[in-house]
Amino acid sequence: MEWLNALVQGTLLGGLYALFAAGLSLIFGVMRLVNIAHGDLIVLAAYLGLSVTTTLGLHPLLALLMVMPAMAAIGYAVQRGVLNQTLGDDLLPPLLVTFGLSVIIQNGLLEVYTADPQKLNAGALETASVAVGGLSLGLLPLLTFGIAVAVIWGLQWTFYHTALGRAFRAVSDNQDIAQLMGLIRHHIFGLAMALALAVTALAGILLGVRTSFDPSIGGGRLIFGFEAVIIGGLGNLWGTLAGGVILGVAQTLGAKIDPGWQVLSGHIAFLLILAVRPNGLFPRISA
Amino acid sequence: MPDPVLSITGLKAHYGDFQALYGIDLSLMQGEVLAIIGANGAGKTTLLRSISGMMHNGPGQITYRNQDIGGMRADQVAKTGIALVPEGRQLFPSLSVEENLIIGGQIGRKGSWNLGSVYKLFPILKERRALPSTSLSGGQQQMAAIGRALMANPELILFDEISLGLAPIIIKDIYDALPGIIGKGMSAVIVEQDISKALSVSASVYCLQEGRVSLKGASDTVSREDISRAYFGIE
Amino acid sequence: MTQQVYYVTRSSHAARVAAILGAVVLIVLIAAPWWAGRADLRLMGELFLYLALASLWNLMAGYAGLVSVGQQAYVGFGGYMLFALTMFAGLPPGLAIGLAGVLGAFIAVPTALLIFRLRGAYFAIGTWVVAEVFRLSFAQVSSLGGGSGSSLPVGIVKSLASSRSAREYLSYWLALGVAVLVVAAVYLFLRSRKGLALTAIRDNELAAASLGIDIWRTKFLVYIATAALTSVVGALIFLQKLRISPDAAFSVNDWTAFVIFIVVIGGIGTIEGPIIGTLIFFALRETLADLGTIYLLVLGLVAIVVMLKAPKGVWGLIRTRFDLQLFPLGYRVLQNDEQKGA
Repeated sequence: MEWLNALVQGTLLGGLYALFAAGLSLIFGVMRLVNIAHGDLIVLAAYLGLSVTTTLGLHPLLALLMVMPAMAAIGYAVQRGVLNQTLGDDLLPPLLVTFGLSVIIQNGLLEVYTADPQKLNAGALETASVAVGGLSLGLLPLLTFGIAVAVIWGLQWTFYHTALGRAFRAVSDNQDIAQLMGLIRHHIFGLAMALALAVTALAGILLGVRTSFDPSIGGGRLIFGFEAVIIGGLGNLWGTLAGGVILGVAQTLGAKIDPGWQVLSGHIAFLLILAVRPNGLFPRISA
Repeated sequence: MPDPVLSITGLKAHYGDFQALYGIDLSLMQGEVLAIIGANGAGKTTLLRSISGMMHNGPGQITYRNQDIGGMRADQVAKTGIALVPEGRQLFPSLSVEENLIIGGQIGRKGSWNLGSVYKLFPILKERRALPSTSLSGGQQQMAAIGRALMANPELILFDEISLGLAPIIIKDIYDALPGIIGKGMSAVIVEQDISKALSVSASVYCLQEGRVSLKGASDTVSREDISRAYFGIE
Repeated sequence: MTQQVYYVTRSSHAARVAAILGAVVLIVLIAAPWWAGRADLRLMGELFLYLALASLWNLMAGYAGLVSVGQQAYVGFGGYMLFALTMFAGLPPGLAIGLAGVLGAFIAVPTALLIFRLRGAYFAIGTWVVAEVFRLSFAQVSSLGGGSGSSLPVGIVKSLASSRSAREYLSYWLALGVAVLVVAAVYLFLRSRKGLALTAIRDNELAAASLGIDIWRTKFLVYIATAALTSVVGALIFLQKLRISPDAAFSVNDWTAFVIFIVVIGGIGTIEGPIIGTLIFFALRETLADLGTIYLLVLGLVAIVVMLKAPKGVWGLIRTRFDLQLFPLGYRVLQNDEQKGA
């Protein structure tokens, strides 16, 4: 029963990791950009949530109404102001510029919020749980997982059934021809980053409610998201969810053996999968 | 004599250090169909890329409807009513046939071309509309690429090597459909390797050779000897 | 009739002057213990170790196209090997440092086999995962102090040299030595056949492949060699610090972020870049370090601006302005105008 519990908790934790990963996956899919600052943006969202909840006294989930548009606006601005200039055949500029962004966000947060660990207070939601077949499942992890599924479904739907998604795919396929069709790629990329950071806002708030956070933890969140993407297979959003679940389960099972092994066993699971299935478990299948 | 709808004066184009066009002069009247022929590397595609805004040239070299379009981005050129059927079709592989057409119409110009009229022109596309564009045969892809350009309701349409890599019977089908497209007052520039096809649908013809215009004339009077001289540059 | 004679040369006037100046500077630096104070000596030692790290990272990212954000894996590994080999195997520190490099190369082989499956930017994050695995693993080793780390025992420290100043001189010379060794090794490697192949790969991977250059093998060798030397530098860093902990040893900020900024600001893909970058980095650090986090903010901002506006860095600006190359890699065709002589 204890092992089953660890399995279920790990699965639910995987929902959070899938949320870390979804934005990463989206922008890679549209513009082949890997954003090293992604984890720091998640932490930035958590801090924005902290500011909103403490100054306005709002519940963190209500704060999302402000943090999501704010993150989307930041995403659009950063993409148009900085990242668009880095895109091209050369791999180095986007990598190094997002690395620089990561350091800037991290130290900016340190400057504003100090290094003290913080947490978002979600009141009764944090401790509420439901009993399912002898297991006690936290309402928050359940909610997080549900949101993750909804987000992945929503992104998938946006991608394949809306004009925006059509534009994303067209620009991703062939930027020059898309431009001929009146699609301004720099604008489309801005929209993609805005959408990705709106998802990141969700991830950041849910992270902040679940655990304490400080400015230095961005790198770790980037790595979890990245591992979920690679385990699931590049370019497959549902695969990303599966990747998040596998990572979450590996971590909770590892922690069950020895608390010090939680993060390490997630990394090891990732490296094992990379060794056996270099393209991930569910490589891109045409939708 | 009325003003030309498109006029190009002294157009030069470069790819980095390599110069592809050395001062091209060209003019096109409203409703005229103009063919551009020439060997590989003569600069035909570069010329179309320059007109469509995919390549940027200096200002003042390309004028469309009294508007300097030489420095415009491709999306801005498209909005003025110029559409390109690119070499090698270049459909969007992640999009279905119908999505490819819809995205062509996204620019929002009014006119008689819409999904219905494109499907009427190429009924096979209607049958295949839900399939990925990659599942089409080469000829069907060319039809979809033409349909995609028409969806923008252009006043000037540029065709780049529409017969390249297609079977003769398919080429015939596509050329048979052309009068139904450009007979409606639309102007067109057709870049073509197949000289007789090019001459059969056009009013005038330009031949390019190593980035320069080596011949221009009326398609029905130009002689084969003149063409081969202009084409290969041998006296 | 005038005759023009062309000749091909690698050398240039500037390069010869640079070589002579370099030799003079090197002698002055070797003599530093006799003219520099204790604090300056320590600072310069640190500078040389950063120069070595930056040159190595530049070789990988600027020439081999292997952008790693996980080189702290080998810095930390080298440091821990120094501690483990001296404390448990009783090896003298000098031998332990060399052996740390060998072991670094050994551990880099399976690592490379794994992460070379990731392409481009994903490779970068993959290297970070590996560094995290190293950090978390060493934190589990209780005999090395676990998560809180340990100090190098006094006996081992004393075995280096009996007096404190002699130890400091030795540590300084080792740092200077490894910096010279790394810069020279990178220079000689890039002049070699394999090095030329690497430049060909950087300039055009497809063309290089069609010329029969085994891209994978060349990159693999660069990764292994870089890992070995980075481990040696790591051992020297912690020989200087005398204390190691997982967070310090595998710090992404200290051993990768700073190194990347040095290379980007100095000029990526040039040998001179890391040298200039290291000097700029230390100048900035010594003047702005009191500002704390603001200093890092500024550093990140400068790196982004350089990457966007001057992607070849400060050295790139100097080079295009004055057509200089202090470490002659490329050949140039010069014209000998006989007309003047006649």
